[in-house]
Amino acid sequence: MGKKKFLLLALLLLLMLSTALYGCTGDDDAGTDTDTDTGDSGETDDAGESGEEKILVFGRGGDSVSLDPISVTDGESFKVTKNIFDTLINFGEQDTEIEEGLAESWEASEDGLSYVFTLREGVTFHDGTDFNAEAVVANFDRWAGGDAEQFPYYGSMFGGFGDDEGHVIDSVEATGDYEVTFTLNRPQAPFLKNIAMSPFGIASPTALEEAGDTFGDNPVGTGPFQFVSWNRNDTVTIEKFDDYYIEDEPKVDQVIFRAIPDNSARLNALLSGEIDLADGITPSDAGTIEGDDNLQLFERPSMNVGYLGLTNTREPFDDPLVRQAMNHAIDKQAIIDGFFEGRAEPAKNPIPPVFAAYNDDIEEYDYNPERARELLEEAGLPDGFEMELWAMPVPRPYMPDGQKVAEAIQSNLADVGITAEIVSYEWATYLERAAAGEADAFLLGWTGDNGDADNFIYVLLDQDNIGSNNYTYYENQDLHDLLIAAQTEVDEDVRNDLYMQAQEIVHDDAPWVPLVHSTPLLAGGTNITGFYAHPTGSDKLASVDME
Amino acid sequence: MLHYIGSRLLQLIPVLLGMTFIVFLIIRAIPGDPAQVILGQQASEEAVKALRDRLGLDNPWYVQYFDYLIGLFTGDLGESIRTRTPVVDEIWPYLAATIELSIFAIIIAVIIGINAGIISAWFQNSWFDYTAMVIALIGVSMPIFWLGLMNQWIFSIELGILPTTGRENVRNPVDSPTGFYVFDTLIRGDFDQLSTVLKHLILPGTALATIPMAIIARMTRSSMLEVMRSDYVRTARSKGLKMFWVVYKHALKNAIIPVLTIIGLQMGLLLGGAILTETIFGWPGIGRYIYEAIGFRDYPVIQSGILVVAFIFVMINLFVDLLYSLIDPRIKYD
Repeated sequence: MGKKKFLLLALLLLLMLSTALYGCTGDDDAGTDTDTDTGDSGETDDAGESGEEKILVFGRGGDSVSLDPISVTDGESFKVTKNIFDTLINFGEQDTEIEEGLAESWEASEDGLSYVFTLREGVTFHDGTDFNAEAVVANFDRWAGGDAEQFPYYGSMFGGFGDDEGHVIDSVEATGDYEVTFTLNRPQAPFLKNIAMSPFGIASPTALEEAGDTFGDNPVGTGPFQFVSWNRNDTVTIEKFDDYYIEDEPKVDQVIFRAIPDNSARLNALLSGEIDLADGITPSDAGTIEGDDNLQLFERPSMNVGYLGLTNTREPFDDPLVRQAMNHAIDKQAIIDGFFEGRAEPAKNPIPPVFAAYNDDIEEYDYNPERARELLEEAGLPDGFEMELWAMPVPRPYMPDGQKVAEAIQSNLADVGITAEIVSYEWATYLERAAAGEADAFLLGWTGDNGDADNFIYVLLDQDNIGSNNYTYYENQDLHDLLIAAQTEVDEDVRNDLYMQAQEIVHDDAPWVPLVHSTPLLAGGTNITGFYAHPTGSDKLASVDME
Repeated sequence: MLHYIGSRLLQLIPVLLGMTFIVFLIIRAIPGDPAQVILGQQASEEAVKALRDRLGLDNPWYVQYFDYLIGLFTGDLGESIRTRTPVVDEIWPYLAATIELSIFAIIIAVIIGINAGIISAWFQNSWFDYTAMVIALIGVSMPIFWLGLMNQWIFSIELGILPTTGRENVRNPVDSPTGFYVFDTLIRGDFDQLSTVLKHLILPGTALATIPMAIIARMTRSSMLEVMRSDYVRTARSKGLKMFWVVYKHALKNAIIPVLTIIGLQMGLLLGGAILTETIFGWPGIGRYIYEAIGFRDYPVIQSGILVVAFIFVMINLFVDLLYSLIDPRIKYD
């Protein structure tokens, strides 16, 4: 009996062995295949299957959360939905100037309380539904009737929902087949820029009704591509929408977004030709790309800031002199040369230089250890002090390697007599503890959502946002008054002037050490044309072609 | 036998209950508020409060735990906070991806590991023995991260014979109703796709197999050495039996039991999702699913994900225990 069982087991092993051997033969086949095809097994297979189809594979760091753009806040979701949905107003190709989108034109009343949008005619949703004023109203009604959990960005950009006191939008009405009138409760300066943000993509009302809660898995918009399939944590596939309102777009037949979390592995996938375009290229890999004849580097225009926050309620950072000393002590250029490969510019303001409201007259705290020592002495700390320096545990475009930047800062601080101990926590813990004011000094940053100064300076430094994004607990009533006034100021010049003043206050109080405005990098094959990386991080791929 | 299986299955209940309890407490002990993480940095305090209310996060922990348990007994693994999808509905593709990769890896580990161990024991102190054991030592201490990236570089970029990442050629995706790509393509007789899928398995599979392979080889060797010294082996040899049969038939049978235990444990560990391997090779498996859920404090996914993995782990060990009696009839469960 035992023998039979043993034989059975042997047979089983043999079966396993043959499977494994089959694996090896498959491997050999690949070898011969690819000899004729310069190492790109992917391309061989699809040439046979799908003829001349142009398929763009876009490698990125993570998967989307949902494809219903209004329900999410993460960039990886918007990267996809930007191509499935259109917004009433578009951002410029590589900036955040506003351009026509689904709305051909718009008019604001003098007092900034009403906007009339004239919509584009002859546009259809992917499911065949007509795009018209009713569709726009249906979308805004849906959002305004929700709550912060369902539609987080609607609440934060338009001040609330329904009858909330802060809610900016009073009503949205169809005043013609292709005319929509927005009535506001109070003027909102960045109103049009908000409307242009990816979360406010217009969805097909029919599909919304049919899909209900599952709309995020079956998104239907008017965009250049329509949804095909989604393998979670792996790929999202979208294909050309033949009736897209711009005649000769999109250029490629299919786009596949592929999640490859590890930066080096993503670069490897690009080098081997499995993906055509890669997001999140680390500055240290830029040299590899530039040295490869088959690849090109794309720069995303900078709309971010990386900074060292100083918790203003903790000693000794409650003293502005100490904070200014910190500003003088840190050598930003060395950090940029060392860890950004020069692909960043030193920051002196909380908002990025591309904004019209950027105050270039501000005189930067230069790298000057002498001056830092003097300031410390003035503050009564001639022998320096000890502090904790928090290093970000995750790479971000504005901070590719928090640990190393922290080490550079640590050595700068040691030069002026400050002993910094570097600590780090897992990311969610890091944010929560920093928001609770538990850090002395912490590395952090911000990437803009809508290209408006308010989205940086108010969100990050106003007293209203203490406990959320104002991690430094910095408070200044004058600054607050300026920022609130700017929110409702509709005259662009007057508004910019308010922000210029605000930046002066921030400069003097020095709640941060602003470090860098970095240029995030992408890379792709040299056959890719018409790709324009957008500063918001969501790229429209309609104009991308592959030769 | 059936009685034994029944009692083992009954034992499962307290084990899994204890596990859910520990996991439940641990993930709530770490700081980080799921409501805050999900609503994003821009969320207002009221919004966070409202979400915490809806998710019942403000209830005392024992109430939350009790609610969770009640859900479990009705087959409800909870709803992902992040994707708002029931865990039951979304967990299968991840699990299938990991199971496929783990089985592939364990096959490699078993075939190479056991044979290397046997031959090392057979020719003890030979050059093969030394080389194999040095390689095994390197194998157990190899940083998978580095190995994975190096393999990608050599086999994909330099040689161009294997894909770097993923489960399939995304330009020509596999239609897979079961989630097991090898199985589906094999059943359909689609050998082109099967070969593509197997090619995608090789790099992550070997990376994942490295450590278990080394452990299995070392275990087999020491277990074999012990058995080879026993009387019945000497008898068999003096009887004039060919050495090959002595080793592979008579000695192996007694030596394999401790090795099986190790294989079972390793298989369980692999199924727990090799987060590093899955990350480097962009493998959409359960390890990454749970790992990412931790980043988002997606409590239901963490709890239920670990529960499912633990369940499989325990089942594999039960299966291994049953195998003992199949291989060695002296072992009886009654």
